[in-house]
Amino acid sequence: MTGLLSLTTFAPLVGVVLLLGARALHGDNARTDTLAKWIALATTLVTFALSVVLVAQFDAKNPGFQFVEDFSWFAGLHYRMGVDGISILFVLLTTFLLPICIIAGWKSVDKRVVEYLICFLVLETLVVGVFCALDLILFYLFFEGGLVPMFLIIGIWGGKRRVYAAYKFFLYTLLGSVLMLAAILSMIAIAHTSSIPALMTFKFAPWLQTWLWLAFFASFAVKMPMWPVHTWLPDAHVEAPTAGSVILAGILLKMGGYGFLRFSLPMFPNASELFQPLVFAMSAIAIVYTSLVAFRQTDIKKLIAYSSVAHMGFVTMGIFSGNAQGEQGAIFQMLSHGLISGALFLCVGVVYDRMHTREIAFYGGLTNRMPWYAAVFMLFTMGNVGLPGTSGFVGEILTMTGTYKASTWTALVATTGVILSAVYALNLYRRVMFGEIVNPELKTITDLDKREILIFAPLIIGTLVLGVYPNLVFNLTASSVDGLVGAWRAAVGG
Amino acid sequence: MTFAANFSLVLPEVILGASALVLLVWGAFHGKVTPLFTGAAVLALLGAAVAAVVGPHGHAFNGVYAADAAATYAKVAIYGFSALAIVLGDRWLAARGDQKFEYAVLVILSALGMGVTASAGDLISLYVGVELQSLALYVLAAFRRDDAKSSEAGLKYFVLGALSSGLLLYGASLIYGFAGSTRFEDIAAAAHANHGMGLLFGLVFLLCGLAFKVSAAPFHMWTPDVYEGAPTPVVGFFAAAPKLAAMMMFARVLGDAFPDSVAQWRQILVITALASVFVGAFAGLAQNNLKRLWAYSSIANVGYALLGVATGGETGLHSMLLFMTLYMVDVTGFFACLQALSRDGKPMETIEDMAGLVKHRPGVAVAMTAFSLSALGIPPFSGFWAKFYVFGAAMGSGDVLLQWAAVLGLVGSVVAAFYYLRLIKTMWFDAPEGAVDKPQPIARAVGFVAAAFSFPIVLVALIWLDPAARAAAAAFGHA
Repeated sequence: MTGLLSLTTFAPLVGVVLLLGARALHGDNARTDTLAKWIALATTLVTFALSVVLVAQFDAKNPGFQFVEDFSWFAGLHYRMGVDGISILFVLLTTFLLPICIIAGWKSVDKRVVEYLICFLVLETLVVGVFCALDLILFYLFFEGGLVPMFLIIGIWGGKRRVYAAYKFFLYTLLGSVLMLAAILSMIAIAHTSSIPALMTFKFAPWLQTWLWLAFFASFAVKMPMWPVHTWLPDAHVEAPTAGSVILAGILLKMGGYGFLRFSLPMFPNASELFQPLVFAMSAIAIVYTSLVAFRQTDIKKLIAYSSVAHMGFVTMGIFSGNAQGEQGAIFQMLSHGLISGALFLCVGVVYDRMHTREIAFYGGLTNRMPWYAAVFMLFTMGNVGLPGTSGFVGEILTMTGTYKASTWTALVATTGVILSAVYALNLYRRVMFGEIVNPELKTITDLDKREILIFAPLIIGTLVLGVYPNLVFNLTASSVDGLVGAWRAAVGG
Repeated sequence: MTFAANFSLVLPEVILGASALVLLVWGAFHGKVTPLFTGAAVLALLGAAVAAVVGPHGHAFNGVYAADAAATYAKVAIYGFSALAIVLGDRWLAARGDQKFEYAVLVILSALGMGVTASAGDLISLYVGVELQSLALYVLAAFRRDDAKSSEAGLKYFVLGALSSGLLLYGASLIYGFAGSTRFEDIAAAAHANHGMGLLFGLVFLLCGLAFKVSAAPFHMWTPDVYEGAPTPVVGFFAAAPKLAAMMMFARVLGDAFPDSVAQWRQILVITALASVFVGAFAGLAQNNLKRLWAYSSIANVGYALLGVATGGETGLHSMLLFMTLYMVDVTGFFACLQALSRDGKPMETIEDMAGLVKHRPGVAVAMTAFSLSALGIPPFSGFWAKFYVFGAAMGSGDVLLQWAAVLGLVGSVVAAFYYLRLIKTMWFDAPEGAVDKPQPIARAVGFVAAAFSFPIVLVALIWLDPAARAAAAAFGHA
């Protein structure tokens, strides 16, 4: 069905209109806020349903783009949308996480609720648009537009140093993006088209590829984020509200990895090969260094943020390994990380809502008062470490297998990351959960309530199902990934 | 062509000149500004714009005056925004009990000057247009003569403007001396045959004079002071129409008179453009007064537009025209919002004044956020499309100098992002200051419409603006 993709992308904007209508009719009061939350939840659920229909109708055997819509715009640009095996699951991940985000902020957000929900819905449209856009400028439009709602989410509903974090997030990302814009404009000038499918087969001169690759890399490496341009992420995470962190870690970071898969690899294959050692080195450093940094953190959220950087190291490594295992692993790792890190940030949110602190030292012995919470946190900690049976394992093992074929040393260094992740994650779990309750303030802390169980349930199911039966993902991605790898091999002559 | 036929080509300017004189007499005898008077002034400008659209194309008075697609495009924008400036200024002055009929007359006269420069086919008509426009603008800057800052702004503008006119005239005289003619067509032929030192020397002086008019670095010094001192609606006017007119002068002189000397003037323009972008970006960081801040923002934006001029050719001038059009809407909208806002009867002009604005005036705050994001170049706002055209033209030019200039220009926009974000941050994140007066309805409406244009109307408007500007850009170089 044509138009389904646009419908999925822009459905959240209908919710925005409804929210504005509700506000205009009922005024700014608590009743409107409650109504607004239900509207937002319904909108995100409908969007999720639409994307499920999308996945159901998706033809997994077709490696090309599907549900393509193409309308001529101005200046040679097109409104061109479509998904393939690589992007469709990111659409699903986005629409899956959004209702969870809305429920996560149900109680903790009490000021400017309508604006808060509008930001999330607009962000959903923009992120889904990023994954569906098949025109360079359209892609840039969605990609860059996403900065604004996230800036507001961090800046208005964030913690104490929210303004600093919001600026840092915005300016860091913007600097990377403008370089990408320069590259996009010169690509359009040279190829005389802004169509992504056309550009994927366009052969840029190798020297030019080097420059273009670097410009795109500047943007995606910041977004990913890769060491050493990751420093905005811990600040942004710590200050963002819980749902903001979930979106940031769960979806926004994936735009970087998606960019590498969609642009860097197919459009600049020679440059990707040329810079492979650089990416491997940066990934290996990220895995080891940020794991060690994570170990030293005193703030739970910051620890998880650094662990995200380390996990993204596996993704970049897998993407640039240039073989099917690596790519599949990278995609899988991104999806799995979207679930697991999202869940971990929600876990932090649970105790933060109760105690209003994220200091590790404040906690201890929570198993005594919060058995359900302890169990949930344990599951996702294990997922984060990469325990077999959880989705975290599949991604890590595949990216390492893929990398091993391309560079044994990198894979070797990366394996230490698995151990290090166990060190910091289990250490965190021990200090927060085990032992006796020492802090008197924790004596009255309550376990998960129904709402919280409701938001964790889908994430638990997702993590376990993907861990046990990863083919759910691979069946959809296989043919597109094979196409990508085949084209890359042909271009670099490997 | 018969002599009388020439007048059908200059009909828009004839309408404006006659209306200005009639309104002057009307005002002098009647004394008071009535809605009818303001309406007549607006009507005169709109009539001139219509005349420019429906009128014939051609060269009048032996090539001194060009009525072509480029002139039409510029005139519609210039006259339209001038009409808007009359309405906004009238409301602003009325609120202060300071309505004077000279205001509308001066705006029409300056619009007439701008129209003449946009059609200039000769150094003399160019100069006459520039002077008519500038003299009217000097008076407008000092329009609140009992206000020390406004008088200072007018005086500063006048002294420095006179200096730049001198430079411009000196350059023109050198060009005349070496080319043997003041007509662009003849100058182009002379430059084609032999662009010697003399002509280039003259061109450099001419460019310096023009750079002053458009407030490009390093000739930008007057801008912040004049913007700060002049009445807010006048600043909104300054930042829009005269900037487009000055850009048209660049396009006329370089595209019509010196099309073959691209390699020479491109270096000058690229350096001026980058200097403007970085002066605008870095100096803006230290500003607290919104009018000064937007002065630096306009300097930076002029830098981007100059990059389009530096690219030259149809693509470059096309990008410049679109850039200026989109920028004019934004800047007019921003100053309309600024004009609409007051607290206890006092204008709100510093960034701190805007603290928590979204609480009291959500509509205006959202509009000003849209203008800030647009100026920042965030898609899908119109400012992004403006940059898209300019940088796209520069990247596609195949000239390494321009490509690097585009990359540096984009980096400069990240620096400038900081102060736009600061305004957004102040409006959205900070605790509200005291209550804000009820906004002036017309100014607010203009602000809202401009914000709606910035997004989402622009996405549709560009479908016909793009070919219109392309047709206009194709008209250059046929003097």
